[in-house]
Amino acid sequence: MSPDPPRDTARSTRPHRPRWAVVGERALEALIRLSGVSAILFVAAIFFFVLREAAPILVSDEFSLVQFLFSTEWYPTSASNVRYGTFALTVGTLSVTALAMLLAVPFGLGAAVYLSEFCAPRVRETLKVTIELLSAIPSVVWGFIGLTVMSRLIVTTTGAPVGVGVLNGGVILALMSVPVIVSIGEDALKAVPDSYREAGIALGATRWQLVYRVLLPAARNGLLAAVLLGVGRAVGETMAVLMATGHAVHIPASLLDSVRTLTANIAAELGEAPAGSDHYRVLFLTGTLLFLITFAVNLTADFVVRGIRRK
Amino acid sequence: MALAPAPATGRFARTAYVARKQRAEAIARAVFAAMAAAMVLPLLLIVGYLVWLAWPSLSPEFILDVPRRGMTDGGIWPAFVGTLYLVGLSLFVSTPIGVLAAVYLNEYARDSWFTRVVNLAVINLAGVPSIVHALFGLGAFVYAARFGYSILSAALTLAIMTLPVIIASTREALASVPMAFREACWNVGATRWQTIRAVVLPNSISGILTGVILQVSRAAGETAPIMFTGAVFYKSVARGDLFPYALNDQCMALSMHLYTLATQVPNVKESLPYATAVVLLGSVLLVNAAAITLRVFLRGRKKW
Repeated sequence: MSPDPPRDTARSTRPHRPRWAVVGERALEALIRLSGVSAILFVAAIFFFVLREAAPILVSDEFSLVQFLFSTEWYPTSASNVRYGTFALTVGTLSVTALAMLLAVPFGLGAAVYLSEFCAPRVRETLKVTIELLSAIPSVVWGFIGLTVMSRLIVTTTGAPVGVGVLNGGVILALMSVPVIVSIGEDALKAVPDSYREAGIALGATRWQLVYRVLLPAARNGLLAAVLLGVGRAVGETMAVLMATGHAVHIPASLLDSVRTLTANIAAELGEAPAGSDHYRVLFLTGTLLFLITFAVNLTADFVVRGIRRK
Repeated sequence: MALAPAPATGRFARTAYVARKQRAEAIARAVFAAMAAAMVLPLLLIVGYLVWLAWPSLSPEFILDVPRRGMTDGGIWPAFVGTLYLVGLSLFVSTPIGVLAAVYLNEYARDSWFTRVVNLAVINLAGVPSIVHALFGLGAFVYAARFGYSILSAALTLAIMTLPVIIASTREALASVPMAFREACWNVGATRWQTIRAVVLPNSISGILTGVILQVSRAAGETAPIMFTGAVFYKSVARGDLFPYALNDQCMALSMHLYTLATQVPNVKESLPYATAVVLLGSVLLVNAAAITLRVFLRGRKKW
């Protein structure tokens, strides 16, 4: 690095930086700024391009948004009675996500509490590495595990005719979203000032009393954000639920019923829908809906986190 | 923060209340430990089970060989090399953009509403479902940009997917460089960019690298975004051929191949999909373990 000053304002005899260096630096800084705003550009581009493919169906006469959102009839390839109702798919997404959260939230938060408050530093490091590895398992591998291992397990334990369904998808999604919940939850607990802990211990509280009287209330927002990000991950997950939930488009009546989610539906049918057809556009509209849902969930999580930071 | 054990006799004898709260403590500790263990066990069990079932097919030959007999036998070479192409190209695109974006956010941006919007965009980009990325890739790269179903389209789609995480990890690495380092550099008259190049980047390069390596495994495992933009069920490739694809070719990919074997191809040799899953999972975990080792090693060397 040259020790030369950036600008020669003093008109001294010090050496100038060559012109190309100054111009080059300007250009590079422009590039940096451009990259900086690229995230905004890409989010906008995603929304624009997905909506652009979906838009023609929105203005077509035969299409009704109410039917799209609230009808349970999904017959995209029927010859005489075409229906594009995604309500059953929405319920499918909700049921699998709800089951996943029912399992993942207690385990995730419990593990986060253990990591941040109870365990020895060396155990913590090991557990954190394991969680990182767990979160690195590709979703298609999770789906494959659901399709083979989990499905066999469910068939043998419950006697159900097929092993893929709400239960299978829910368990797989729970395993997938636990790492997110643990790492964000642990961050939230870490963010509670140590003086809170010291005050509690000085009063003679055991660590468990400290956790449920002091830390959980103090870290409430961060833990909520952890859960929300887990929900976001579960709603948007595609390959795992595609393979693990079966393929029936209907409102599930029991845990063992097969369902289809919004994401899996797109993945399953996009290949068969000819580009530009109504079916194709409806799938893009489903994508827009998914984009908006996860956008809302992530935004909420961010506002909740910002809430604790301000305190 | 260890609690002193309560003395058993004298003025500070264990009252019933203390005994109760210590019992609650022991129970809570055990329950939380069990919950943490419940996360570790699946990883071990799943990996063990998959390897056990995959064993009959696993060999170096399995990776180097091409699929045979209508994909019911043989190896995975076209898919393996396809994944290398996709990952390499997507990170080639997303790493510079991501690192520069992080430099902007950490070194240039002031705390304004605009910066907050950029941050929100990064967070939301990270949360976009993979299937929506697929739709975007199809609409933008395949149709609008006329790249067609190709490696290029698929890699660009993957690049946008990995971008927000690269931004986040790079930013963390940049933020860990102490402010005093920058101030010292500015004080000898360096400009902002000179400081970044000479002080900030060299001191954070290990953190940046770790973040990028972690994205290698993420990009390798993604299926949905490449399924409709450039990955195909089958493509004929010579055994062990390192350069079988051109940029505008379609390609096979490991993740896609696993999906195909598991759901689309009838009468597959029993151990074949398991072996494919193990190769995919193994490469991903290996890359991650390498990144983690690198991080631990470099953290140990850090002097501040």
